[in-house]
Amino acid sequence: MNRSSSDNQHHWRKLKSAFASGLAFTSALLVISPLALVFFYLLISGATSLNWAFFTHLPAPVGEKGGGMANAIVGTLELLGLASMVGIPVGILGGVYLAEYGSARINWGLRFVADVLNGVPSITWGVVVYGLVVLRFKSFSAYAGGLALGLMMIPLIMRTTEEVLLLVPNGYREASLALGISRWRTIVNIVMKTASKGIVTGILLALARIAGETAPLLFTAFGNHFWNRNLTEPIAALPLQIFSYAISPYDDWHRQAWAGALVLVVGIFIINLLVRVLTRERTARLI
Amino acid sequence: MPVVASIPAVERSASQLMAPPSRFGDKAFEWLTMAMAGAVVLLVILVGWQLGSDSMLAIRKFGFHFLGSSTWDPVAEQFGALPFIYGTLVSSLIALVIAVPLSIATAVYLTELAPLSIRQPIISLIEMLAAIPSVILGLWGIFVMIPFLRDYPFPFLKKYLGWTGLFTGPIYGVSMLAGGIIIAIMILPIITSVSREILRSVPNLQREAAYALGATRWEVTRIAVLSYAKKGLFGAIILGLGRALGETMAVTMVIGNTPQMALSLLKPGYTLASVIANEFTEATTDIYLQALFEIALVLFGITIVANLLAQLLLKTFGAPQTTRAVQ
Repeated sequence: MNRSSSDNQHHWRKLKSAFASGLAFTSALLVISPLALVFFYLLISGATSLNWAFFTHLPAPVGEKGGGMANAIVGTLELLGLASMVGIPVGILGGVYLAEYGSARINWGLRFVADVLNGVPSITWGVVVYGLVVLRFKSFSAYAGGLALGLMMIPLIMRTTEEVLLLVPNGYREASLALGISRWRTIVNIVMKTASKGIVTGILLALARIAGETAPLLFTAFGNHFWNRNLTEPIAALPLQIFSYAISPYDDWHRQAWAGALVLVVGIFIINLLVRVLTRERTARLI
Repeated sequence: MPVVASIPAVERSASQLMAPPSRFGDKAFEWLTMAMAGAVVLLVILVGWQLGSDSMLAIRKFGFHFLGSSTWDPVAEQFGALPFIYGTLVSSLIALVIAVPLSIATAVYLTELAPLSIRQPIISLIEMLAAIPSVILGLWGIFVMIPFLRDYPFPFLKKYLGWTGLFTGPIYGVSMLAGGIIIAIMILPIITSVSREILRSVPNLQREAAYALGATRWEVTRIAVLSYAKKGLFGAIILGLGRALGETMAVTMVIGNTPQMALSLLKPGYTLASVIANEFTEATTDIYLQALFEIALVLFGITIVANLLAQLLLKTFGAPQTTRAVQ
């Protein structure tokens, strides 16, 4: 009797284990299901609205059919370029400090602050840059938008740069220093060069992350229905255009929003794919 | 004579060769990198200072009343942030209720249970979900999720759970619950991937010991893994909360943007981030703009606290690096 009850208990425990495994599997399916659903509708609604004019034409006025988002696509690229000018140098050099200099305690603190900064809501950057730049120069501008995105890039690039620099074996540094090469030349010519692929990966990841940001651009870049000819003036961006079209009451604009969303997502996924190709050859830890 | 003179010359050049190279470049480079690394500290101060100074008028005028008042009337120039704080907290709470069990169970599946061959594909898919911009999720929310919720789950909830008071009133589709669901989708990937790293850092000895005692898979996970990783998992949840509180675009597009504090989750709400996104460029008076700056200050304060707590929990848990460019 004792034996059968312990057998029963054993069965019961195994059953419970199988049940828990089933639940965990279902959860995993549920977590990835939104991706499938979003992608499905993006392809259906986006692909049917996408045409050549989308890439070559300016937005059409309300009521007129057709038109495109050529200015927004170029605008997004310009904004990413401006953001890179802020985010890449500061991020990389900051990452160098964390990996190569600084005491353990100071670096722990800096890392901590960078990670906290990473969690600051993106709209905060829009508000801050509005106060810092837009109010001061009394105009929305591409510069302001680029700055907001660039500030967001700093902690991202700093942390990835630090991580890949730490992967470079210390023997490289010692060999270079033993040859009498100064420390900073060692860092630039040996350490950073060895880790260059990883650093580029970090930059690409940061770009992919900010390319779809809308909130920091709402009151900095502001958006524009025409070409931007001067970076001190408002500039269009793909995410902004998608937002304003999505909340508009016109069916034609909704279709354009879907087309824009498809283009944006495909662009972001291409960057991510590039990262995957870059990191495949090196250690898997890079990503 | 020339011979004698040549000796010190050779010695000098040798000693020059052997001397450490000029330290100027080294110092300059170190200071440069230090300044750039210090930029993160300056940025936090800059954000706080900028938001504080641009909302000084509003802070002086409304004082603590700003946080406790539920009147938001730009015409009468009366501003209170309570409905937005309420909306932010409630929508984030809904998101956590949905996302936490799913993410942690998925993390468990990916580290403890799933066949090795399908782990990486699932991880890649979750990273893809993380890469979808908020505004695109919002677009999908408006045109796909809201009509679906309005037609099927909401009437069902109202009919069978209406007695709780949480699901009453007219069904518009745009609602606090819709906002919470969309935030949940946004924070699923980050909680999952941080939890996964936490679980991966649990020493295998823990698992082996439990197996040796005859524990089943689930018992090993529960006793040896989950309870060991409790603190880190809590950190992952708070990190997700921090993201949820500041989520802007997708929420703005589905929450209905009505400053009210209703018990019913089927009614529209408004969050701190949404009111900034919607009204910032419409703020016509100085005090209106200042009130919005103060809203941003409140949001910044709340998210900084959440992130500080999360990072403290994660860093002291001793897990490997947890905040990455792609979550």
